[in-house]
Amino acid sequence: MLEQTILAGFGGQGVLMMGKLLAQSAMEEGISATWLPSYGPEMRGGTANCIVVISDDEIGSPVSESYDAVVAMNQPSLEKFESKVRPGGTMLINKSIVPIKASRDDVEVYYVAANDIAEHECGSTQAANVVMLGALQSVRQKLKSHSIEKAIAYVFASKGQSVIDSNLKAFAAGMTSLHQNATAC
Amino acid sequence: MPAKMQLTKGNEALAMGAIAGGCDCFFGYPITPQNEVPEVLSYEMPKRGRVFVQAESEVASINMVYGAAAAGKRAMTSSSSPGVSLMMEGLSYIACAELPCLIVNVMRGGPGLGSITPSQGDYFQACKGGGHGDYHSIVLAPWNVQEMYEFPALAFELADRYRCPAMILADGVLGAMMEPAIIADNAPPPTVPEKTWATNGRNGRAHKNVVNSLVIDPYGLRDHNLKLQAKYKKMQCETRWDTRDVDDAEILVVAYGISARLALSGCKLARKEGVKAGLLRPITLYPFPTEPIAECAANKKRVLVVELSAGQMVEDVRLAINGRVPVDFYGEMGGVIPSPVEICRKIVEAAQ
Amino acid sequence: MTTAMNQQDGTNRTPDTEQLVDLKCVFERPQALSDKPFHYCPGCSHGTYHRLIAEMIDEFGLLDRTVGICPVGCAVFAYEYFEVDMIEASHGRAPAVATGVKRSLPDRFVFTYQGDGDLASIGMGEIIHAAARGERITVFFVNNGIFGMTGGQMAPTSLLGQKTTTSVDGRDPRTTGHPIKVCELLSSLEGVAYLARVPLTSPKNINTCRKYMRKAIRAQTEDVGLGLVEVLSPCPVQWGMKPGDALHYIDETVVKAFPPGEFVDKLESPIKT
Repeated sequence: MLEQTILAGFGGQGVLMMGKLLAQSAMEEGISATWLPSYGPEMRGGTANCIVVISDDEIGSPVSESYDAVVAMNQPSLEKFESKVRPGGTMLINKSIVPIKASRDDVEVYYVAANDIAEHECGSTQAANVVMLGALQSVRQKLKSHSIEKAIAYVFASKGQSVIDSNLKAFAAGMTSLHQNATAC
Repeated sequence: MPAKMQLTKGNEALAMGAIAGGCDCFFGYPITPQNEVPEVLSYEMPKRGRVFVQAESEVASINMVYGAAAAGKRAMTSSSSPGVSLMMEGLSYIACAELPCLIVNVMRGGPGLGSITPSQGDYFQACKGGGHGDYHSIVLAPWNVQEMYEFPALAFELADRYRCPAMILADGVLGAMMEPAIIADNAPPPTVPEKTWATNGRNGRAHKNVVNSLVIDPYGLRDHNLKLQAKYKKMQCETRWDTRDVDDAEILVVAYGISARLALSGCKLARKEGVKAGLLRPITLYPFPTEPIAECAANKKRVLVVELSAGQMVEDVRLAINGRVPVDFYGEMGGVIPSPVEICRKIVEAAQ
Repeated sequence: MTTAMNQQDGTNRTPDTEQLVDLKCVFERPQALSDKPFHYCPGCSHGTYHRLIAEMIDEFGLLDRTVGICPVGCAVFAYEYFEVDMIEASHGRAPAVATGVKRSLPDRFVFTYQGDGDLASIGMGEIIHAAARGERITVFFVNNGIFGMTGGQMAPTSLLGQKTTTSVDGRDPRTTGHPIKVCELLSSLEGVAYLARVPLTSPKNINTCRKYMRKAIRAQTEDVGLGLVEVLSPCPVQWGMKPGDALHYIDETVVKAFPPGEFVDKLESPIKT
C-alpha cells in the first residue's frame, strides 16, 4: 500500500496539522509515513501545503508527480493542485469557501462544507481541518479510523480534554458528511 | 526515560541528536532551511547547563567552534549553503589545527543567494576540502529523520577519533520533513576520549599547549601535510554505505541523501515495469565508498547516478568504476526535485 | 646570573658568592613569559606589551588557568612567548575564538592580543559583537596605525596624511576615510566593562598601562564585562623613523587623534544581568 496525499489551504486553516494527524495515525499503526511541508517565503504569503506519504513498505520519495488524494481547503489550492491528482484519484474541496467547481472529469471529486460543519458541530470553524480529515478518511480508508482518533487524542493532549473531544466530534461529523450531502462526480 | 518512536522533524531530530551525542557547545547564525536546529538548541542546551550562542555571523560561528573545540569541548555549528561557504576559511584552520568538531550543512539551492529549496550542490565543497589547502572533513549523508538523529553522535565520535572536522550534509527536504524516528529523551552521555592536547589552561600541566595552524617552515609544513594525508588514508576504514535490491539488478543507481530516497522510489517503479534496478547509497561521502561501488557495479549493465546538482558525486562514481561500466547521470538543480517517475524512465532507458 | 658572569669573562673562576648573596633581584623574567627571544623589530613595543601581560598573569596568579588567543599580524607568533595555553586565531577572529573558549570554560582567564589591522579592520565585526554581548574576555589591543607584517600598508587607524605603501601621498579622507577610534566606538556598548588607551612611550606611561591592564583583567575576573586596553605603539621600521623619533611622534602627534585616558570603567558598579 502506498498512499500519497497533498493537503493545501490558507495559513491558519490547519492544513499542516491535518497532515501531521495523518502521519501520526500511520505511526500508530506501525507503518511508514513522511510529512513534508512547503516552507519559506511561500508560507509568509499565506498559503500552506504539505505532502503526506504513508506505506506499509519503506518509503522512498516523500514527494510525487501525481497524488492519490488532494485536499483543497481554499480556491487557490484547488487551482494550484487540481492537476496533481492522478487519474482515478480523489479530490476533496472545502465548499464552504470555494465557490467554484473542479474541472477534472477523470477523478472523484467530493465537496465538503467543512467550515459550516465545524461551526455547527464545534461552534467554531477552527476544526474545519479535522472535519475534512474525517471526510478524507471516509472516502480513502487507508488507515483505521481508530488510529486517527488515537492520533487526535495524542496531538491535542497538551490542550486538554475539551479540545480533544471537540476534535473527535469534528472528525466523526466529517466521516459521515459525505453520506448525507456529498456530490460525487 | 526510554527511547520511543516519535513523529519528528529532521532539523529537530538533528538538534536532539546533537544533545544525545554529547554536544557541549553550539554556535550558529540563522539561515533557512535549518532554523529549527538553533531554535531547539537555544532552549534545550542551557536547560542542560550546556552552551548556546547565537553568533553575529557564520564567520564568527565557526571561529567560536574553533575556540570551544580547542578548549577540548564537543562543539558544533549548523547552517545552510551560503552560510557554510562563509565558514570555509575557519574549517581549513580547524582541519590544519586538527580539532574535532561538527559542521551541519542543510543544503539549499545555489550558487549565490540561490533559493531556500533543497539541493545537493555543495558536494564538492564538503568532500574536496572547500577551504584552502589539502584537507578533508569526514562527511556523513543522512537519508531519513532517524539518521538525522543518529549522525551527530557518530560525527562527534569519528571527529574525536581522527581529530578532524566532521560534516553532516543534509538538505532542505530532510530538514523540513517529519517521519517516525526513535528518539531518546535522556540518552546517557557518550564516552569522550581524553584530550590531552586541549588548550584549556595548564592546571598543573608541566608544559603549555598550543593550538595552531601556522607552520612557517616549508619542510615543517610539508611534514604536517604528510601527517594529515596519512590520517586521511587511515580514515578510509570508516567508509559506510547501504544497498537495496542490488544482487539481481541489471541497473545500479548510485545516490546519496534525499536523492537516494527518490532513487529508491524510481527503482521500485522500474521493477514494476520489468527492469531490475538496485540502489547503492554512500553514507560517508568522505571517505567515499570507491571499492564497494566498483564491486557492486562490476556485473551491471549500466550505472545511473542521481543528484540534486549538475553532477558532482558522479565524478567520484566514474573514478570508482574507471570506465568498466557506462555511467549515466540524472540531476536537477535550483531546488527542483527530480521525480521518481523520471528516474524510473532513465533506468528503463538505460536497460534498453 | 652566576652562569652568565662565568660565560662573560670566559674563565671557570668561582664567583664571589658572598657578594652575590647580598645582591637583591630587582628584575627578572615573569613566569608567564617564555625564554624565547622576541622576533620584533628594534624600537617596536610588542615586546614591552608582551612582558606587561606576562607580569599581570603572574601578579593575578593566573598562569595555570589562562588561555590566550593570538592574532594575525606582527604578533602572529605570540604563542611562542607566553608560558600559558595559546590558540592561534585566523585574522580578526580572536574575539570569536575567545568567546568559544570562555563560554565553554567560564572559570578560565581568556585574553586576546590583537593589532589594529586584526581588530579594527578585518575583525571589527567580532570585537563589536563580543563587546555587545559583554563577553568576559580581556583584549590587549596594539594600535600602531599601520600594517606592519605585510610591509607598511595603510591601516584603518592610520592618521590623515600618513604616508604608507598603499597611500604614498598620504592618507586622503576623500578616498580612504578617517581613522577609526576603537575605544570611542566601543564605549557606547553596554557589555563593555572597561576601556582605556595609553601610549607606550615612557616608563611613566608604562606604569599607567599596568594600572589600566589590572582593571581590564578585573573586568573579567570579577565578572563585569569585556575589558580592553589600547596601547599606542611605535612602528619605527614602517613609519621610516628612528625609534626615539617614533616615540616623540606618538606623544606629539598620534595622541591628538587618539587621546589617551579611561573611556569606560564599570568596576565600581558591576552590571547586573
